[in-house]
Amino acid sequence: MSYEGVPGLVETREALGESTLVVDPARVLEACTHLRDELGFNLLLDITATDYLGWGDAGVSGYYGTGGGRDLNDPMTQGYERTPEPKPKRFSLSYHLLRVADDHARVRVQLWLDDGQPVESVVPVWPTADWHEREAWDMMGIPFEGHPNLRRLLMDDDWEGHPLRKDYPLGGEPVRFSEEE
Amino acid sequence: MATIERRRAVYRGSRIPQPIPTVLQRDPTLEDVLTVNFGPNHPSTHGVLRLIVDLHGERVVGLDAVIGYLHTGFEKTMEQKTWWKCVTYPERIDYVSFQYNELVYVLAVEKLLGLRIPRKATWARMLFSELARIHSHLVYLGTSALEIGAISMFWYCFRERDLVLDLFEMVAGTRMHTRYFQVGGLAEDIPVGFYDEARAFCKRMPEAVDEYEAILNSNQIWLERTRGVGLLSAEDAIALGQTGPNLRASGVDWDLRRREPYLAYDQVEFRVPVYHGGDVFDRYKVRVDEMRESTKIVVQCIDRLEEMHGEPWIADDRKVVLPPREELHTSMESLIHHFKIVTEGFRVPEGEVYVGVESARGESGCYLVSDGGPKPWRAKFRAPSFAALHATATCAQDELVADLIATVGSLDAVMGDVDR
Repeated sequence: MSYEGVPGLVETREALGESTLVVDPARVLEACTHLRDELGFNLLLDITATDYLGWGDAGVSGYYGTGGGRDLNDPMTQGYERTPEPKPKRFSLSYHLLRVADDHARVRVQLWLDDGQPVESVVPVWPTADWHEREAWDMMGIPFEGHPNLRRLLMDDDWEGHPLRKDYPLGGEPVRFSEEE
Repeated sequence: MATIERRRAVYRGSRIPQPIPTVLQRDPTLEDVLTVNFGPNHPSTHGVLRLIVDLHGERVVGLDAVIGYLHTGFEKTMEQKTWWKCVTYPERIDYVSFQYNELVYVLAVEKLLGLRIPRKATWARMLFSELARIHSHLVYLGTSALEIGAISMFWYCFRERDLVLDLFEMVAGTRMHTRYFQVGGLAEDIPVGFYDEARAFCKRMPEAVDEYEAILNSNQIWLERTRGVGLLSAEDAIALGQTGPNLRASGVDWDLRRREPYLAYDQVEFRVPVYHGGDVFDRYKVRVDEMRESTKIVVQCIDRLEEMHGEPWIADDRKVVLPPREELHTSMESLIHHFKIVTEGFRVPEGEVYVGVESARGESGCYLVSDGGPKPWRAKFRAPSFAALHATATCAQDELVADLIATVGSLDAVMGDVDR
C-alpha cells in the first residue's frame, strides 16, 4: 500500500513485516484524518509513548548496560553487541492503527518529540484516543493540545512527576516518618 | 424458550457522548439529580472500578469512570528485568486469561529475535490459549449472571472452571499464572496422562454449555435484564476501539484468529460467532458460542499433539533457551550457557515490534522496544479491557442504574488489565 499522500510524512520504514510512518508532529491531526478517511484505518488500537533518555549511554535509571562494554566496577553489567542507532529526539509517540475491513491492514504512526512539546489530540478522529492520550500524559508527560479532558488517568490527581520516564526514581514514593512531622 | 421481545433494538449511527467520549455529562438544567459512587469496592465491578453516576430517579444521566486503583507499574518493572524474567509479569496483568498476555509477550520477543519454534510448542500454545478462553468466559458468565441474580450460574460455571484449572495444574504445577510459555517454546513437556484428562474435559464441556443455556435462555428475568440493554452500534464499537466479543456482538465479523492467523489457527476448523443485537444478551451469546468453538479447537490440538509425542517442545538455541537440565552435569558449555542466561539474560536485537493476538477479551497487543541489551527498553501492553471500558458511557446512556451492572459486566473488563 502507498502512504505517499499522508500529510506531513517524513519517512516510511519497513521492519519485521511492520510499516512505520514517521510523521511531522505539527501535522499529526491532518495525517490521522487522512489515514482514517482516505486509507480506511478506522480502529485506533493503542498510543504508546516511549522515553529514549540515555539511549545507548551508561548509568540510566533502570538500565545497567554501557555503550563501551562491560563495566568491571559493576559486576552485573554487560555491554551492547553494537551501539544502538541514535534517536532524533527524546520521546517517541506510536499510534497503532488497524483497518477493520476485508482488506485489513496495520500501520504504526510515529512522532518524535522533545520534552514538553505539545501534540494535537486525535480524539476528534478516534474517540478511543481519549484514555490513551490521558495515559501518555500521566505516565510520560506528553501534553496533548485540544484534548477535552486531559487529566491524570492511572495515578492520583496530585501525583508529581511522570512515572514511566527513564529519569523517574525507582525507589518508590518517599515515606514520611512520624518524627519528621 | 420464552418469547420476549427485545426492549429496544440497537440504534444506528453514533451516540458517543460529546465532547468527552468517555464521560457522560448530565444536562445542567435537570433537577433532582443524585450523584452516587458506584465502587471502587463493589462486588460487581470485577475488581476496583469507580463509576461516578448521576441519577435522575433510577435513570443514569451522567457517568464518569475513575480507574487506576490496580495500577502496579508492570511496564516500569519490566524495564528492570531481563527478557527472560519478564515472562511472569504480563500474565499478572490480565489475571483471568493469563495465558494470552504471556503468549503475546513471548511472540513479540521471538519476532525480535527471529526465533523459530518447534511445531509442538505452537500447537500446545494454541491448546492452552483456547483453554484460557474457556476459563475466562466461564468467569465472565458466572460472575455477570450472579450480579443480576442468577446465583446458580456461578456454581455451575466455577465447577467447570475448576476442571480447566486442574489441567493447568497438571502441566505447570500452579493453577493460575502458569508461566508455561517460554521464549522459544514451552517451559516443560506435556506430562503423561494430560491428553486423557483434557479429552474428558472436552467431552464434558459441550454438555456443560448446554446446561448453562438451559438455565439462562428460558429464564424470563435473565432475558428481561439483558435484551436491549447496554446498546452499542457497530460504528460506535469501532470508533471506541472495541475488539473481541464486544465487537462481534455488535455485528462486526472480526477475529484475528481468522484474519491474521498466528500460531496454527489456519490449520484448525472453527466458526466465528457474530451477533447483531449489540446488547448484553448478544455479548453473552457470543461468549457462550465461543466456548463451544474453543472446545472444538482444543480437541483438534490434542489430536495433533498426540501425533507429536517425543518431539522437542522448545527451540534448540543455546543463546536464548536454557539447556536441558541433565546436560548441566556433563557439559561445561551447557553450564556456562545456563549461568549466563539466568544471571545476565539473553540479548535481543535492536528494534521495535508490535504483536497482537485474539484474547478472550479482544485484541491483546504487546509493543516492545529493544536497544540490543538484556532488558526491554520499553514494554507496553494494548489491553483489551482498557478499550472495553471506553464504551461504558456510550452503553449506559439512559439506562436504569440496575442495568448499569449488567452493562459493565457484559463488557467484561478485568481491572488488572485496565490499570496494568
